[in-house]
Amino acid sequence: MPLLFPLVLSALLFAIGTYAVLARRNAVLVLMGVELMLNAVNLNLVAFDAYLRDVVHSGQVLTLFVIAVAAAEIGLGLAIVLAVFRSYGHIDADRLRALADSDAVDEQIADEQIADQQTVGTEETAGGPVPADVAGGR
Amino acid sequence: MGPRVLLGVTAVGSALLVVTTGRLVHSALWLVVTLGALAGCYLLLAAEFVAWVQVLIYVGAVVVLLLFALMLTRAPTGPQLGETTGNRALAAVVAAVVAIVLVTTVVAGFGGVRISLDDALLGSAGSTGEAIFRFWVLPFEVLSVLLLAALVGAIALSRPVGHRPGGEGD
Repeated sequence: MPLLFPLVLSALLFAIGTYAVLARRNAVLVLMGVELMLNAVNLNLVAFDAYLRDVVHSGQVLTLFVIAVAAAEIGLGLAIVLAVFRSYGHIDADRLRALADSDAVDEQIADEQIADQQTVGTEETAGGPVPADVAGGR
Repeated sequence: MGPRVLLGVTAVGSALLVVTTGRLVHSALWLVVTLGALAGCYLLLAAEFVAWVQVLIYVGAVVVLLLFALMLTRAPTGPQLGETTGNRALAAVVAAVVAIVLVTTVVAGFGGVRISLDDALLGSAGSTGEAIFRFWVLPFEVLSVLLLAALVGAIALSRPVGHRPGGEGD
């Protein structure tokens, strides 16, 4: 078997995973892209294990370890996604810009709304995503 | 030649469907096809135990977790139009550049090199287990601690918030 087959396959899968991480809007699908990238790395490890004829099987053992770490990562990632969903009501990666608790975010958004009403200017602030119209998108 | 090309085309094609389909649940199900094709590739590369672990952990557990997350976040099952961000074109360009760079590198570095699998060391459960518990025991134990920490972290994260009794219903 040519060594290029697994290597090119894993390079293509890695690129596809990169696209998913960068372009997907739903946070769960972003995690799927991460899984694709990790699998591409695993294929590389297994291919070089077979190519180098490693006696202690370092490639395959490291692949098993990466699979276990990926399982831990997906568990934690999905827990974070669910916590985000509980706080914001959506998991849209584009609209998650605040690194704060939901209460603080609500106060900040309320402050911005008050400020907008006081200065009747039409210039849009950066805090556009208000949870009220967030629900409309679903 | 035959199964190799079939597995490769299946893996890449279903991975493309994972990242482009507008239905979120279909995306998770195409991921099953991709991971299964990769398990077949592991089998072709004489890594038998890794292939079955891939089937058990990824196809069995991780995809089910992803489907649960899609359900718990009330993902719509119908086709969605706005499932990609605004910088989709830029992401496609970056992915294409990554693919070109990586493929060029591996072709330049390993073009024409062959893996001879005729008398390969079969990565069966016995030989892999022996390698783990003879040479890689310490990383194995560290990994178990990491898994425990991740488990505790996931439980702590998904506990409902204390000062809001009754939560939002899930």
